[in-house]
Amino acid sequence: MSSADSTEIVKTDDSSIIPDLDKSLSDSISKKFSNIEIAYVKPDRIRVNVKKEEIIDVATFIRDELNFDHAESVSGVDYPEDKQIEVVYHLGSYTDVSLDKKILALATRTLREDTPHPGNDNTKLPSLRDVFPSVSFHERECFEMLGVYFDGHPDNRRLLLPEDWADIPPLRKDFSIKGR
Amino acid sequence: MSKQLLPGLAIEKVDDRIMTLNIGPQHPGSGHMRIIVKVDGDYIVHCDPDPGYVHRGEEKMAEYRNYITNIPHLERPVIHDSCNILYPYCLGVEELLGLEVPERAKYLRVIAAELNRCVYIEYWLAIYGIFLGHSTMFMWPVGDRELLIDLLEKMTGARVTHAYFVPGGIRNDVPPNFEDVCLRQINYFEKRLKEYAAVFYDNPILISRTKDTGVLSREDAIKLGTTGSVLRASGVDFDIRKKEPYDVYEELDFQTNVLKEGDSYARSKIPWLDMFESCRIIRDALQKMPKSGSVRVKLKPKPKGGDTEVYRRVESGRGSLGFHIVSDGKPQPYRIKISVPSFRNLIAMPHLLTGEKLGNMPAVYWSLNYWPVEADR
Repeated sequence: MSSADSTEIVKTDDSSIIPDLDKSLSDSISKKFSNIEIAYVKPDRIRVNVKKEEIIDVATFIRDELNFDHAESVSGVDYPEDKQIEVVYHLGSYTDVSLDKKILALATRTLREDTPHPGNDNTKLPSLRDVFPSVSFHERECFEMLGVYFDGHPDNRRLLLPEDWADIPPLRKDFSIKGR
Repeated sequence: MSKQLLPGLAIEKVDDRIMTLNIGPQHPGSGHMRIIVKVDGDYIVHCDPDPGYVHRGEEKMAEYRNYITNIPHLERPVIHDSCNILYPYCLGVEELLGLEVPERAKYLRVIAAELNRCVYIEYWLAIYGIFLGHSTMFMWPVGDRELLIDLLEKMTGARVTHAYFVPGGIRNDVPPNFEDVCLRQINYFEKRLKEYAAVFYDNPILISRTKDTGVLSREDAIKLGTTGSVLRASGVDFDIRKKEPYDVYEELDFQTNVLKEGDSYARSKIPWLDMFESCRIIRDALQKMPKSGSVRVKLKPKPKGGDTEVYRRVESGRGSLGFHIVSDGKPQPYRIKISVPSFRNLIAMPHLLTGEKLGNMPAVYWSLNYWPVEADR
């Protein structure tokens, strides 16, 4: 579909008006926890970066006080230049009607080892399984795909990869597909 | 060597009673996945789903291709619902690139997505029918599905793998007589749908097999983060088309279906009810659609996103389908995470099957609207 026509792409205005609710949500988090960073507040999308030591407290606060009740997705993103791996929890709410459209991205980072030994190195994060049971399988996937071990998760086993997978976790940037 | 007891006097230990069974991955009742169940007599005491037999590394592949060449392979996880899996991807890329979709394309997208939803549900219903031993319910949906596939072929040029949605619109406009043909087929299709009630949904055998089996309570459905028909069958009114309307869903007239029972019967009924709503949406969209106009914005070759991320979701045939796209300013995405409804509903499987009779497994398993290929990606 790459058309040879080189019409300029029209950028829509990104700084459209942020609804009050989004603002108040992010304010209540930053008021409660001083150590966190609100990465952005877009309409219906908020992103909060936290340190891994604090993530369980922040997640519990988000669940109990802000009424987010389930995880939509958990993505692991590899940043080899920063020597870090980021895990982003996308949280949503079924019970609070005012939060229907909102997705709160809760992100944290952990150390990345150059020669990974999944489960036996320092690439570890506390598991949010006790706060949001819906993350169980997502965290298992993240463990095998990026080698992030989740402390407190009772079931850090392979899920999608074959049992005899002997290479590094495949979604790390230094794992390359053969021939590409 | 100690003297052996007489065989008839040996006492059975609990461990001997528990038997481990591998259901799948070749068993036709499981799809391309394995479920390891431990049974005590007829009852399942432990269940461990083992997906991954059709894992293809879609997320890794997406990091090697640009936003446009990613289109055909990203629909592969669920080819029967290919429009709906590309929908959130296109919405996300449009947000990244700042594209405004033409009005006519928005309506055509909705029509294609709803037709595709019906195609998917018909296919799923056929499989659900055959695994409950109801061969008529296999033949009818597969036959009726052809009507919609013909329509989609007229629209997109392909029967199943359409690759119809592109960032900034759709690939091509529909042929001139499409609207009349579509309306005629949809009206006939709706008439056929009503006949399913007599043969399937009011059938006492189906009711006795699915009523009160695998009951998922409202609280558990929320806690487990289930989505789509599973969630709505447990009494939670959550449909992305209503809750976070994308494209023109806001202007269209339809309702969401919610049942309170949370059993396999309710879960099997919701998709069928959804198809009536899809017919309503298509009729309404055909009426409100602008009769002419452009259907795609022209893109530069290898468009680049900014240094940002997006998360967009739509309601697919199985539930909320989200794309998390991380961009670092290159033509290729830095990371794509596909949050698929099948994977999210998978967690309900061990929850529901534990304590259930082994014979009820197909009724519960397929009612979860689970598509193994999509869950594995």
